[in-house]
Amino acid sequence: MSFSIAVQTQDFDIGHEYAELVAGDTAVGAVVFFVGRVRDMNHARDVKSMSLEHYPGMTENILQNILDEAKARWELIAAHIVHRVGELQVGDQIVFVGVTSAHREHAFQAAEFLMDFLKTQAPFWKKELTTQGSVWVEENVKDVDASKRW
Amino acid sequence: MIRVLFLAQLREQLGAAELQVVAEDVVSIATLKQYLVAGHPHWEQFLSNSKLLVAVNHQYAKADVALKTGDEVAFFPPVTGG
Repeated sequence: MSFSIAVQTQDFDIGHEYAELVAGDTAVGAVVFFVGRVRDMNHARDVKSMSLEHYPGMTENILQNILDEAKARWELIAAHIVHRVGELQVGDQIVFVGVTSAHREHAFQAAEFLMDFLKTQAPFWKKELTTQGSVWVEENVKDVDASKRW
Repeated sequence: MIRVLFLAQLREQLGAAELQVVAEDVVSIATLKQYLVAGHPHWEQFLSNSKLLVAVNHQYAKADVALKTGDEVAFFPPVTGG
């Protein structure tokens, strides 16, 4: 459980994830986590809900690759990625990335790295249901630039 | 046979989710694309999109990657998760 990934339709609980991340390890001095949520507004479109598709098999491969890369680059004690798929409503949680380390620099950097690469590598696609109909979300150039700094 | 998948917006643009191609008819991603366009001319505008991504057996692949029977090839648009 110390390094794990999950792709699931069901919601996740931050308290539970936190407890799992730090369970039984008193060497953990820093915990960083990120939660991504469904926004009500995107590119001036009024979002009602969202459908999240992925490529089963490849998604898990890529998330595992990203996690392995983070383990190689930073001194991590545990890391956990959870990404939801299926139908999501405004305000719902989409993604969880949690990282623990002895010191905060490693945890902060690894968490950012994991999110930057997840956003540009992992095969997920968002389709928003808006007041103007359904719209596939376009690639964000800022995300591509962010992934290049590593 | 080679299993070919079209995902997300590309699936809707092509009106196809999956098809099978005889491995002898294609040797690489590039020739697979040519083969698909030959059979479906209206797919060209979508399959020639330079932003399109390709995976072979669940790993990202370049156009010159060789294909063999049993491979799974997926074409899809830039990813937007997270």
